[in-house]
Amino acid sequence: MALKNIPVDRRSFLKNATVGAAALVAAPAAAADAVTNPHAAAPPRNATAPLPPLPRRVETGAAAATSEPNANPITVDHPGSDFMVDAFKAVGFEYLCSNPGNSFRSLHESFINYGRDKNPEFITCCHEESAVGMAHGYFKIEGKPLLVCVHGTVGVQHASMAIYDAFCDRVPMVVVLGNFGDAQTRASFVNWTHSAQDPAALIRDFVKWDDQPATLQGFAESVMRAYKVAMTPPYMPVALVCNTDLQEFPMPNDPTLRVPPVTVDRPPQGDSGSVQEAAKWLVAAENPVIVADRAARTPAGLALMIELAETLQAAVVDRNGRMNFPTRHPLNQTERGNAVVGNADVILGLELTDFYGIVNAYYGDVYPRSRSLTKPGVKLISINSNDLYLKSNYQDFERYQAVDLAMAADAEATLPSLIEAAKRLITAERKRTYQDRGALLAAAHQRALAQNRDLAANGWDASPISTARLSAELWHQIRNDDWSLVSNCQFVSRWPLRLWAFDKHYQYIGGEGGYGVGYGAPASVGAALANRKHGRLTVSIQNDGDLMFAPGVLWTAAHHRIPLLIVMHNNRAYHQEVMEVQRMANVHERGITRASIGTTLVDPPIDYGKLAQSMGMHGSGPISDPKDLAPALREAIAVVKNGEPALVNVLTQPR
Amino acid sequence: MQKPTAPQPVGFLERAAQRYPLRTHMLVLLAVIAVVAIVALAFAVLIFVRPAAAAEPKLPARQAQHSSAGNAAHGKKLFTSYGCYECHGRAAQGGVGPRLGPEPLPLSFIKSYVRHPSGSMPPYTAKTVSDQDLADIYAFLKTLPESPKAKDIPLLNE
Repeated sequence: MALKNIPVDRRSFLKNATVGAAALVAAPAAAADAVTNPHAAAPPRNATAPLPPLPRRVETGAAAATSEPNANPITVDHPGSDFMVDAFKAVGFEYLCSNPGNSFRSLHESFINYGRDKNPEFITCCHEESAVGMAHGYFKIEGKPLLVCVHGTVGVQHASMAIYDAFCDRVPMVVVLGNFGDAQTRASFVNWTHSAQDPAALIRDFVKWDDQPATLQGFAESVMRAYKVAMTPPYMPVALVCNTDLQEFPMPNDPTLRVPPVTVDRPPQGDSGSVQEAAKWLVAAENPVIVADRAARTPAGLALMIELAETLQAAVVDRNGRMNFPTRHPLNQTERGNAVVGNADVILGLELTDFYGIVNAYYGDVYPRSRSLTKPGVKLISINSNDLYLKSNYQDFERYQAVDLAMAADAEATLPSLIEAAKRLITAERKRTYQDRGALLAAAHQRALAQNRDLAANGWDASPISTARLSAELWHQIRNDDWSLVSNCQFVSRWPLRLWAFDKHYQYIGGEGGYGVGYGAPASVGAALANRKHGRLTVSIQNDGDLMFAPGVLWTAAHHRIPLLIVMHNNRAYHQEVMEVQRMANVHERGITRASIGTTLVDPPIDYGKLAQSMGMHGSGPISDPKDLAPALREAIAVVKNGEPALVNVLTQPR
Repeated sequence: MQKPTAPQPVGFLERAAQRYPLRTHMLVLLAVIAVVAIVALAFAVLIFVRPAAAAEPKLPARQAQHSSAGNAAHGKKLFTSYGCYECHGRAAQGGVGPRLGPEPLPLSFIKSYVRHPSGSMPPYTAKTVSDQDLADIYAFLKTLPESPKAKDIPLLNE
């Protein structure tokens, strides 16, 4: 993809260009370059004439007073941050999520005035973690990265956990770090505390690339590089340090200054020989299994997954990092993943986070061990873009798993050639075998669905409400709408994935990536922001502990009129940790009744309905009787369909 | 502060325990049978060599009273305070762990399993939970009401 050169075409040049230090500016460029920077063309000048001096905001003392006619300008017509906005607009960010900070105040002002607060539109966030989390959720719906601006030092520290989640979840975004790089620009002691020599050092272990450009031209080029790097699989966040002097000083009189076009690499595909070999193994296999995690990056990826599975009549196990495969498809064997993996003779792993954990089972706890789940002689094939880019420090790359054929490539981009190769190899005899296999898998799928429904009936009338009942009630209310579930199902025992019919790419977006609590609420709001223009009914089953990290994102949803139904999974605890502490208490054998200390949110009870109301949105509950759930959901959905967010507080069983 | 809350390292095998509880139970049942056989043999030896009076120790009154049936009300409290609900749900309907009621597996099986669990279940040793406590919890599980059948719930047939 390539965009046109974007000329810088809107200003008469430098009202204040007669003041300041001239030494910063390079020699003038050829007349042709003036097309890209017309400011340099007016007033006209010849190539050898000295450039007009630039204003410096901070210039005091006798020398300044005597050396320039106006050494203390009080206005700046065309700050460098305007040019930065040109660069960001050229890339095409729809929104900018940010909590304001004076280390990027000039850029902020340029976005809202010079940029007219459009493409990107400023989304007011109450925490940097919320800003990044929103960008995280938005991307997984829209497939486009957002821009995030964070304050120097303190802002980036707030943002860091959410950036780590995005990194682990292979989600791109461009994070701009404000900074007072030049000590002479720090007008207060506070600015010193918000400055760093190397601001991106804090997050360098979990961003794909970062830069601290020293010039505006360098900044524009780094914006394009940042976008390109972030949007080449494996997707990851990138960071740009934006120093205040570059933002706030006037744009230099440089006719060569231009915003270059952005280009994005094609996703890397598996080599033809390996693809052919993989196809041969899969076609010949008696029990091939496809295991997918973050395979379907786009709607096309979901269609390709279906085509591959149906071509081979192969079992599919969806690890649900993305919406990889329809839950009601007869070949979906996710609910009996253990059985199909154990019976497989060829396993194709697509963008797996943890291949080892697919083919092995852990047991034990304090002294964990594992055993193989697979039959002897099973062939393992991996297509994974993660093999193209690893970082050292954080261990999100998971345990090493040897495979028989590894392609360091993007799975979705490789699927077309794999499908084509497989189709060429399939004989009529193999097709008959496949039909029999498909029928067996379809029957097994139906049995698994029936078993899940039986399990869901357990505790159906219990109070607090079972997570199965909650999921079934919610599904009943939304199933005839164009819905999108944007929360991780892990913490409600995956009931939606076990009971609902998911068949569209945007209906499920996976989870945190790094399992950092605090992702759920902002990612849901960000996903709902992306869904808004498509008119989808966005639904989130929201964990209570997660919301309490940064509940201010509810205000953001209300302020920006982001329609989102939030159904609280209010189990009144950091329940994973309740279980973890309980486990230790049992193992240590010195009291097993105090696991709730430090892990629960019971006294006083948190009224999330009122919390939502306090943020200016619909809030109801707490609801503990399952019979009261349907009316509350209907009421809230009506609010959401009217373009507003709504929250229903439901007291639930632990999982 | 961010909480490192990665879920427990659960493989397919352990998740299968939720989905196919009977299969897990069968495996444990075999183990229980083996243990019972060994214990029976040991008892036979003890009875043979020990005086009759020593073979029938007297239990405290409350313990004796509960041993036969278990105290369901007490068991309900223990089900919460001992953390059973955390994995099995407050109505024992299942969650991270399998359903336990309202028709629990035999008490002897449960006693054996919680002392030496497999998968992700933490151990409930005799040092922390007495046999009487287990009997009381068992009594509570037996009092739980039946849930409706899935086929009779319209919401579960959509």
